[in-house]
Amino acid sequence: MSDAAVLRRGNPIGDITALRADFPILEERVHGKPLVFLDSAASAQKPVQVIDAMAGAMRAQYANVHRGLHWMSERTTEAYEGVRDKVRVLINAPSREEVVFTRNSTEAINLVAHSFGSLLKPGQAVLISEMEHHANIVPWQMLRDRAGIELRVAPVTEAGELDLEAFAALLADGRVGLVAITHMSNVLGTVTPAARIVALAHEAGARVLLDGSQAVVHRPVDVQALGADFYVFTGHKLYGPTGIGVLWARRELLDAMPPFMGGGDMIGTVSFERSTWAELPHKFEAGTPAIIEAIGLGAAIDYVQSIGLDRMQAHEAELTEHALRRLDGIDGLRVVGRAAERGGVISFTMENAHAHDVATLLDRGGIAVRAGNHCAEPLMRRLGLSSTARASFGVYNTVEEVDVLADSLDRVRGFFA
Amino acid sequence: MCWPTAWTGSVASSPDTVLSEANAVPDGASLYRELVMTRARRPERAGALDDADGEGSGTNPLCGDTVQVWLRRGPDGLVQDARHRTRGCAICAAAADLVADAVVGKDAGAFALLERRFGTMLQDGPEALSMGDRGAIGFLLALGDLHEYPSRRKCALLPFSAVRQALVHRPGEPDGGAG
Ligand SMILES: Cc1ncc(COP(=O)(O)O)c(C=O)c1O
Repeated sequence: MSDAAVLRRGNPIGDITALRADFPILEERVHGKPLVFLDSAASAQKPVQVIDAMAGAMRAQYANVHRGLHWMSERTTEAYEGVRDKVRVLINAPSREEVVFTRNSTEAINLVAHSFGSLLKPGQAVLISEMEHHANIVPWQMLRDRAGIELRVAPVTEAGELDLEAFAALLADGRVGLVAITHMSNVLGTVTPAARIVALAHEAGARVLLDGSQAVVHRPVDVQALGADFYVFTGHKLYGPTGIGVLWARRELLDAMPPFMGGGDMIGTVSFERSTWAELPHKFEAGTPAIIEAIGLGAAIDYVQSIGLDRMQAHEAELTEHALRRLDGIDGLRVVGRAAERGGVISFTMENAHAHDVATLLDRGGIAVRAGNHCAEPLMRRLGLSSTARASFGVYNTVEEVDVLADSLDRVRGFFA
Repeated sequence: MCWPTAWTGSVASSPDTVLSEANAVPDGASLYRELVMTRARRPERAGALDDADGEGSGTNPLCGDTVQVWLRRGPDGLVQDARHRTRGCAICAAAADLVADAVVGKDAGAFALLERRFGTMLQDGPEALSMGDRGAIGFLLALGDLHEYPSRRKCALLPFSAVRQALVHRPGEPDGGAG
């Protein structure tokens, strides 16, 4: 029996054909070929449960939240606030008031850089790593230039893991106020030792923000077990809609932080002389929020919970293991990043072929992968690359699709050899 | 059109031949036609010019591709020789070589006209060009299928901007390296 057949029989998420039927887009054809979607790390496809929840709200149960005393507004407020509870459970946050809705991970990190950043003093430092997404680099550079703090960068090893020794050394002088680090790399697939990072940082008196944009999609996350101070993620990678993201932070931090944006919904009272701030979490949610999108995120959380993130993790681990084995068998193909602990994101280069050409040829076969610097230019420079192609797996991907990718890459290699 | 056998041959004994066949990419070649691949693999105008009187370069920040161009003009102001150093995808590399060919014998005005015609071809497809314009575009017509690949058009446009710059910048002048 082939490896593929063995893997297929014991699929950890059960009937993958039935699961795929939840995602209408997977029926589409691209250039006349069945869509093989291997770009979920950029943004995941949406199950019908999410689509219906959003459309259903707009059809039958919609009004602005937190304001109207009428029936529709009350029901919509319940639905919107109910999603906060779902997020709390998803990441095991201690309380719902600590869950702040944002537009995406990028906005959540900017919120922390602005509000928590304003509490840092010149001479203090923010410590990031070499494998951050631009979203977890640029806000800290802007804070550095605004507030006179220092920005430190912890190196990654050749294997693509965080260099923990160097990381600890960068904490040693006690001047780091915040460590902001990815929980899972969107380029290398590396899962960082978050609990260890937090322990080291706390020992040195630093707070820790974990960028969970990738991690939360691929494995169960428990912010209390990790010991984190801030955790951010973005809805559209978790099979939810765009326009909704999450910042979780410890209550005492949110209490101490000034608001990010001003406007309606985030105030207690307003006069022209002064305003007071609303209770948590509303202090950080100025203006009419992304109501429909939040409801979609709630449906997405229900969806992944119904499958089980542990089973999703096992499924993607099988796909990743199979993919690494197949890709390693292709001459001239090099997988970039060899972390021991990793998720379903695989970057690779091909001898004599540019990542964009590889991606274009795969696309003509209906296979969607990403090519480029993956919003991580400094990491690319560190690895001595200008771009890679990247295949990333979602809950709906199959071993057969991995084989299609590998077979096609073998042909592409023949073409550019 | 010429496809290496690796593309057209049947799939090896994969257990999932059916899906594999369905996703085989025989028409993926339309963009990568022979002239494009030949010029990408073995550029005819690669290298620098020692006696250049014009120099330009460009970088595509999205993919990091870079093109450097050197030109030498004659007493009549027309380009006599053009060379380039390109680090990029096959489309960018082939375009750089073909554009370096095309600029020879032209001045800035004639090159601008060529660039406008090329832009029309990318935007509206090769059919949108008159017979005369097709003739004027010459071998660059090989990149006509880019019309169907909007995300790849910038790869072919990068050498144009480097040459445009070389037509106004002398070597070593400030601004010569902006992209
Ligand atoms: C690790 C990581 N951080 C942050 C982001 C930014 O997410 P968003 O664009 O939704 O804010 C991404 C998504 O590309 C990511 O992969």
